[in-house]
Amino acid sequence: MATATFKIWRGNAEGGDYQDYSTEVTEGMVVLDAVHRIQAESANDLAVRWNCKAGKCGSCSAEVNGQPKLMCMTRLDTLNLDEPVTVEPMRAFPLVRDLVTDVSWNYEVKKRIKAFKPRPPDADDGTWRLLQSDAERVQEFRKCIECFLCQDVCHVLRDHRLHDEFIGPRFFVHNAQLEMNPLDTEDRTHDLANDNGIGYCNITKCCTKVCPEDIAITDNAIIPLKERVVDQLYDPVSRLLRVFTGG
Amino acid sequence: MEYQTFEHDVLVIGAGGAGLRAAIEASAGGVSVGLVCKSLLGKAHTVMAEGGIAASLANVDDRDGWETHFADTMRGGQYLNNWRMAELHAKEAPDRVRELEAWGAVFDRTKNGRILQRNFGGHKYPRLAHVGDRTGLEMIRTLQDYGIHQGIDVHMECTIIELLKDGDRIAGAFGYDRERGRFRLFKAKAVVLASGGIGRAFKVTSNSWEYTGDGHALAYRAGADLIDMEFVQFHPTGMVWPPSVKGILVTEGVRGEGGVLRNSDGNRFMFDDIPDLYKHQTADNPEEGWIYTQGDKNARRPPELLTRDHVARCIVREIKEGRGSPHGGVFLDIAWIKEKLPNAQEHIKKKLPSMYHQFKQLAGIDITAEPMEVGPTTHYVMGGVRVDPDSQMSAVPGLFAAGEVAAGLHGANRLGGNSLSDLVVFGKRAGEHAARFAQEHGTTNVEQDQVEAVAGLALEPLDRQGSGENPYQLQYELQEMMQNQVGIVRNEGELEQAIEGLQGLADRVSRVEAQGNREYNAGWHTALDLRNLMPVAEAVARAAVERKESRGAHFREDHLGKDDKWGKTTLVIRQAADKSMEVQREAIAPPRDDLQRIIEENQK
Repeated sequence: MATATFKIWRGNAEGGDYQDYSTEVTEGMVVLDAVHRIQAESANDLAVRWNCKAGKCGSCSAEVNGQPKLMCMTRLDTLNLDEPVTVEPMRAFPLVRDLVTDVSWNYEVKKRIKAFKPRPPDADDGTWRLLQSDAERVQEFRKCIECFLCQDVCHVLRDHRLHDEFIGPRFFVHNAQLEMNPLDTEDRTHDLANDNGIGYCNITKCCTKVCPEDIAITDNAIIPLKERVVDQLYDPVSRLLRVFTGG
Repeated sequence: MEYQTFEHDVLVIGAGGAGLRAAIEASAGGVSVGLVCKSLLGKAHTVMAEGGIAASLANVDDRDGWETHFADTMRGGQYLNNWRMAELHAKEAPDRVRELEAWGAVFDRTKNGRILQRNFGGHKYPRLAHVGDRTGLEMIRTLQDYGIHQGIDVHMECTIIELLKDGDRIAGAFGYDRERGRFRLFKAKAVVLASGGIGRAFKVTSNSWEYTGDGHALAYRAGADLIDMEFVQFHPTGMVWPPSVKGILVTEGVRGEGGVLRNSDGNRFMFDDIPDLYKHQTADNPEEGWIYTQGDKNARRPPELLTRDHVARCIVREIKEGRGSPHGGVFLDIAWIKEKLPNAQEHIKKKLPSMYHQFKQLAGIDITAEPMEVGPTTHYVMGGVRVDPDSQMSAVPGLFAAGEVAAGLHGANRLGGNSLSDLVVFGKRAGEHAARFAQEHGTTNVEQDQVEAVAGLALEPLDRQGSGENPYQLQYELQEMMQNQVGIVRNEGELEQAIEGLQGLADRVSRVEAQGNREYNAGWHTALDLRNLMPVAEAVARAAVERKESRGAHFREDHLGKDDKWGKTTLVIRQAADKSMEVQREAIAPPRDDLQRIIEENQK
């Protein structure tokens, strides 16, 4: 049976280092399996966050050989096992311990975004009529599993640490599913431009590349939202209209 | 001992569908609510539910109604269900689904823009509202995104070690936060358990690390009754290869969309054994089965859509008799529908996107082109805390339970799609009644001694460093024992062996150690979880040895077939005064006359 070496970050907010662990590798294994094997065999207290092990819950986000990945969906046979495999925590969030980061900021951000506010029901039984094609546009965004890999890779958060002024790709996707839901009546354009800092995004598409759900974050969520902001807040005709209507 | 104290009128333990729905309802009832979850918010097992949520909306087939849903649920549960819960569930599920839509859920649509419904095992009509094969994600996200605006205090990554009582009444709970291992005392006037299942008691399971029967064990130790613990659902289709993904769920939706099961001879073996109870509503040829899945209202459903217990046993039979697939499963084929549909490849990807993704990435299999290999996996426990059917309160005043941790709705076997509806129907009820209980009862008192004792117990594994048993090893041995001796096919000898084996293991569990410190330490958490897994495993084994018949998910090769006497009996498990486990038989009250008539009419 083959063995492979994993260079795993061990430590907490005060400091730490990479440690090498060797473990047996069998057919079909993913990075999370290797981490678990190491945890059971030689590092009982290794901190790692996970749940479903099937790419559906978005808990086991980490950086594998420098790439933001779900550990449960990264097969070892896609990596070069002749070299040690580096596994380290996401860099855009404060470290808790080992591979676990404090992602609570994301939950705070979401609370600030205006909730879904449907129009009155279309039928007497309190239901709405919605075309499948309209549903699908929104469903693409609702596939998001909140793994926060898009947040991790976004340079506005990762490098510039603008967490106070910018909500990150995940929450533009969240805004998009609300704004593009035909049933919703809330207006979030002003918030997008101001509190949410959508202007900071310069559409480098890093977020789209790492999305494990293949959501076209930049093209389908962020760019249309940017257009809405421009149309509603900066378009000269509608600005003029607002002056007259006092809107 | 140091700990932080939090006070809520209602404390909800667990933040899957049931816990979130309970918290929302309790909050709407005007009381302060705390919501504790073992993982991050939105990651609970509800997220894994794929196929859909059952409700007789009658959007696709207008013959459907609550009566049929009720009768299907009772038949699926082999009439051991609490009929009042089955009635409430069938009546209230449609409103709960519509409410999800009002809160932002975006279900797949019919041509005229209503919520689309699909076929599923044991449901007479297409009844499952769904979003592709990620309905659970849609549901948990909807409840989460609605819930965060309701003033609920969420305690993420926090595990409860013990419930606290003030005399007979519930008074709160004591636990620790995962991040730093700091203790937390939650004082509450009412507590709702919504902690999910016990899947980690078995080796092959679709459940994540969280499902160590916490709520079952907490309630048991607090003096509540557990019922139906012998009924553990083995979902017929879990992945079998590669080894690291063994047990991960393959949705029943694959069969709902026309997927068929075949053995190594290429035979559709499900046609070989159709139970009498279902003969009149099951197709007797492949063509009829196919047109049923495509919406032909006059066709009967294919045998692949028989109840989960039956399909799982047929698969086991094929494997045991040497007709299995190369990696010890059978074949599940959806690719074959290209013979019937011109755009089959796109159709499959659209209807089953996450299955396509899962097999492509984890097994290197393209399900639009080749069959999957599948086999049974531990999925769900029908048994749990006995509750009042209307209020969801247990035998302990102020302690409520909803969702998988509660028992009654599903009887001996749960129908697919009835879990998501269970969560919202009874989550709402539990939240409503817990809030009322909190309003009607004064504050409680938590004795310091009780808290100190629990905290002391929790720290023991860390004090034993270098001298105790490895928690992962103990959990592994427990799972191995349960899988082999208390699994899909059971007999008295093996069950007795398991009970004896568990007693031996208990001794070693009392010496479990945890390396390292209290910070995000999975070893320590695993050691603490064993305190819950042990009584839960024992409860399953003891109930299973007692029920000397085969019914629903409980199959005894030494007692084949159903026994009418057992068909009217529930097994109740409680902790005796000397802390030993007591198993008692109790007669089930017959259904109300009007419900009995509905059952009989639907048997025709």
